[in-house]
Amino acid sequence: MFVTQAFAQDGETTGHLPPASDVAAAHGETIHVEGDHGGGFPPFEPEFFPSQILWLAITFGVFYWLLKTVIMPRIGGILENRRDRIALDLEAAERMRSDADEAQAAYEQELTAARNRAHTIATDAKDSAKADADKERKRLDAELNDKLDAAQARIAQVKTSALAEVDQIARDVTDTILRQVASIEASQDEIASAVSQADR
Amino acid sequence: MEHDPTDPIHQFQINRIVPIQIGDWDFSFTNSALFMVLTVAVATAFLYYTTRGRGLVPSRGQSITELSYEFTANMLRDAAGTAGMKFFPFVFSIFMFVLVANLFGMVPYFFTVTSHLIVTFALALLVIGVVVGYGFYKHGLKWLMVFVPSGVPGYILPLVVAIEIVSFLSRPVSLSVRLFANMLAGHITLKVFAGFVVSMSALGTLGVIGSILPLLMTIALTALEFLVAALQAYVFAVLTCMYLNDAVHPHH
Repeated sequence: MFVTQAFAQDGETTGHLPPASDVAAAHGETIHVEGDHGGGFPPFEPEFFPSQILWLAITFGVFYWLLKTVIMPRIGGILENRRDRIALDLEAAERMRSDADEAQAAYEQELTAARNRAHTIATDAKDSAKADADKERKRLDAELNDKLDAAQARIAQVKTSALAEVDQIARDVTDTILRQVASIEASQDEIASAVSQADR
Repeated sequence: MEHDPTDPIHQFQINRIVPIQIGDWDFSFTNSALFMVLTVAVATAFLYYTTRGRGLVPSRGQSITELSYEFTANMLRDAAGTAGMKFFPFVFSIFMFVLVANLFGMVPYFFTVTSHLIVTFALALLVIGVVVGYGFYKHGLKWLMVFVPSGVPGYILPLVVAIEIVSFLSRPVSLSVRLFANMLAGHITLKVFAGFVVSMSALGTLGVIGSILPLLMTIALTALEFLVAALQAYVFAVLTCMYLNDAVHPHH
């Protein structure tokens, strides 16, 4: 096999493995045609198995260690941080909403109170205006009644005095007629009784 | 190093960069090792750099990092429950390592670490080793109940147990070969079709016109290979999660 040859030659030379092309050249054209990989199929050549396993162990070990101690706590921290922040923000939003709800309720309450107060004021104003109007009306009624009474009294008085004057005129007319036409002298008392009798 | 530019196998060739020989063992720093180091360096640098802002509102890069983190976390939680979350760093490392190594393979002239069976097999053995190790550590010998499904009639139980054991033993093989074969076959196909373009173009005008077909094929395959690179990383990680579930919950 190629590998055993390589190691065999290695033992004789300076410790460096000979390039595969040297071996290929030693074997002539037939091997050279297949390229400079010594004739085998590289993934199945056990020559480099120890080297690949060792370097895989080293690199993967370092990679695992780096991810476990540096990278993953870092990413985990970022994600944790974000989760916390979102939770905190949601909490704050919830608190603000409840604050807003409270403010809304307070506003509604204030509005209702103000509306009630306005209603009371309006009612009071209406009542007092009505009372004022009633008082004024009553005062005017009384005044008018007084004037009416005074006028009626005056009418009665005028009527009485007018009637009295009618009596006097009737007596004077009777006296004059008696004296001028009948030439009868009658006393005042007789005329008065006669007139009053004639009135009936 | 001269070689046939259309040789589809050459891309899997391993070369020593720093030869290291310890006793009879060759631990040379090769191009494969170089790309393992690059994979780890780039993956770590990306994850570290994108999260530098620790943004409450993530930037584009940070979103990718967070998505892959939470994607892996959900994958593991779905498969192995909350008890399996102690393997999260392990699964995340495997997922990121395989994903970045696969994607690295898509860069021209880059070596695909996961196209070597020994690498994927070592990773698969690591997964199975963790499953077996943690299973015995956590549940003792009772963990062997993982091979004894409940509710199976006694007379076929020996057969079922035998099947379970064989299926368990084939896990590292199927897990590693699936990833390795996908990467290998994809890269060979891609190289073969790209090689057609070169070979046909050398035949003159007619060849150049004819080479449009393999060129289109190469473009389509490149897109497919990106999909395969991501998909195989996901499959590797998801199977890892399911196997880890056996370590955490042996009774099923």
